[in-house]
Amino acid sequence: MTSDSVVESVAAPSPKSFPLGRLARREALAGYLAIAPWLLGFLIFELGPLLTSLYLSFTKFDVLTNPQWVGLKNWDKMLFNDRLVWHSLKVTAIYSVGAVSLGLVLGLGLALLLNQKVRGLSFYRTVFYTPAVVSGAAVAMMWLLLLNPEVGVINRILALVGIEGPAWLFDRQWALPAFIIMSVWGVGGGMVLYLAALQGVPTELYDAAMIDGAGAWPKLWFVTLPMISPVIFFNLVMGIIGSFQVFTSAYIMTKGGPANATYFFVLGIYLNAFEFLKMGYASALAWMLALIILVLTLVAFRSSGRWVHYEGQIR
Amino acid sequence: MTESAFSKPGPALVSARRQNTNARRVRLISQLLVHLLLIVGGIGVLIPFFWMVSSSLKPDWEIFQIPPAWIPEEPLWQNYAIVLTGHRPDAEGSRAGQGWSFMRFVWNTTYVTAWVLIGRLLTASLAAYGFARLRFPGRNALFIIMLTTMMVPSHVTMIPIYFIFKTLKTLDTYWPLVLPVWFGGGAFFIFLLRQFINSIPSDYDDAARIDGCGWFGVYWRIILPMAKPALGAVAIFSFMATWNDFMGPLIYISTMSKYTVAIGLHFFRNNASPAARPLWNLTMAASVVAMAPPLLLFFFAQRYYIQGVVVSGLKG
Repeated sequence: MTSDSVVESVAAPSPKSFPLGRLARREALAGYLAIAPWLLGFLIFELGPLLTSLYLSFTKFDVLTNPQWVGLKNWDKMLFNDRLVWHSLKVTAIYSVGAVSLGLVLGLGLALLLNQKVRGLSFYRTVFYTPAVVSGAAVAMMWLLLLNPEVGVINRILALVGIEGPAWLFDRQWALPAFIIMSVWGVGGGMVLYLAALQGVPTELYDAAMIDGAGAWPKLWFVTLPMISPVIFFNLVMGIIGSFQVFTSAYIMTKGGPANATYFFVLGIYLNAFEFLKMGYASALAWMLALIILVLTLVAFRSSGRWVHYEGQIR
Repeated sequence: MTESAFSKPGPALVSARRQNTNARRVRLISQLLVHLLLIVGGIGVLIPFFWMVSSSLKPDWEIFQIPPAWIPEEPLWQNYAIVLTGHRPDAEGSRAGQGWSFMRFVWNTTYVTAWVLIGRLLTASLAAYGFARLRFPGRNALFIIMLTTMMVPSHVTMIPIYFIFKTLKTLDTYWPLVLPVWFGGGAFFIFLLRQFINSIPSDYDDAARIDGCGWFGVYWRIILPMAKPALGAVAIFSFMATWNDFMGPLIYISTMSKYTVAIGLHFFRNNASPAARPLWNLTMAASVVAMAPPLLLFFFAQRYYIQGVVVSGLKG
């Protein structure tokens, strides 16, 4: 699902002849019936809650009593008087930069290695993809043990080569890097997409590049990367959005600690809403998250014209 | 000299051959290097799984043993029996893990996952069919609205939806986890299915229409059977997402007998140990139980799985 397929699908043939004849009316009725569940769901579980949470973001609401209108107080506190908000944005951004860039470099690197006509390709692909299949609580438990300073295997392996490993999740400096390492373990998810894109690059282009005397690096830089740039772009956007929604691992493994070193943004929303029962403030935070994601997505799409190459697109 | 002059390679040919063997050697070395990198990376990927399984089979003391054993001296299968049933066979031993039956949690999760799956497959495919095949006023506008909802993070709607289910007095039931999915199943899945349905030639619909099929008949007899690969991808992703969902059950489920595997694991780790000491071996056994269904599905349906990933652009 690259952005050009979105555009193409939006521009699908539009219904023409209205007002409708009898058959067309029947078809329209069937159409409304078919999308009725979604449309109802959109009103009840999307639009309604979206507006409600916007309203709640201007109220003080502790669940026990009715929401009280407080104007811009929550927004004011969130933007100017709550250092934890900016801290959690910083934590999330650092994680995002680390996890997304490593995911790009390592995922693409692995895909390039696998694309060298290696034997046992499907075996390797299965191995590297496996971490992407599991997620959530069980993975968090596994990493809690792996990263444990006393009994975890990571520090044991580091000790074998003479390095005294840090306390990871118990250390302010190392807790966030530990989360990035966890994300690197799952690069196989992106790798599969890159690999599929690499296999879709027409070989004529490589032949032409070879006739022009291009070596391995120019081929990579001028043929491969431009051709798969839509997939890189897609992975980057999804990766950034995904990293702004980290919750399960943070909640289970550190609950934001130590000293708020892993206080991810969504964790803050959840804690404010369901543990501190500050539903109004949590709603404001959630709206901020939505706006951040919206802006990031728009910026990504605006910038994509400059470096993403869509084959078959007329410039 | 037994060789004739003709079979004797000339100097040019010799150097060409040498170059050839050189190139071959370079290629061999680079292949070896590629495999070396892949094997090292692969081991790095698999060690965490291995350590988890190995720890799940150790007795408590062996977890803390230094140097650690990669493979437990004697695999303690009893750990799995304890977490699955919630009963400890060793009566005089500790009471750790007593009453925490992951069999129960697995069943609960299966139940929720199945209802979510059915609802999503039915209503998402229906909406996708409407958007792909049926003409009605406002279709494109509604479709664009649907696409934009994909950008809204679920955390924005989470709080009001919580109050919907609180008002309906369905907190601590599975309704909040299942019901919203029955209303369209999510914009992303509708989009995925609609793209696929668009690629089915509409001649089939026309033929069925001429044979007297109604609109619903076309959906049920033509579109659904032909969209099986896309429905398979939706089913797989839906299964994974619901099985691993943590925040939903965390918000809505509070009675232990209703826990799903994900929150069961979390509360097990926090509450099951009477000594307030981590029960690493039991926690790892429970984690293996929680991971097993997605892993098994992946290994058995791998081809469809990776196809689905590539088609949809979802990383899983």
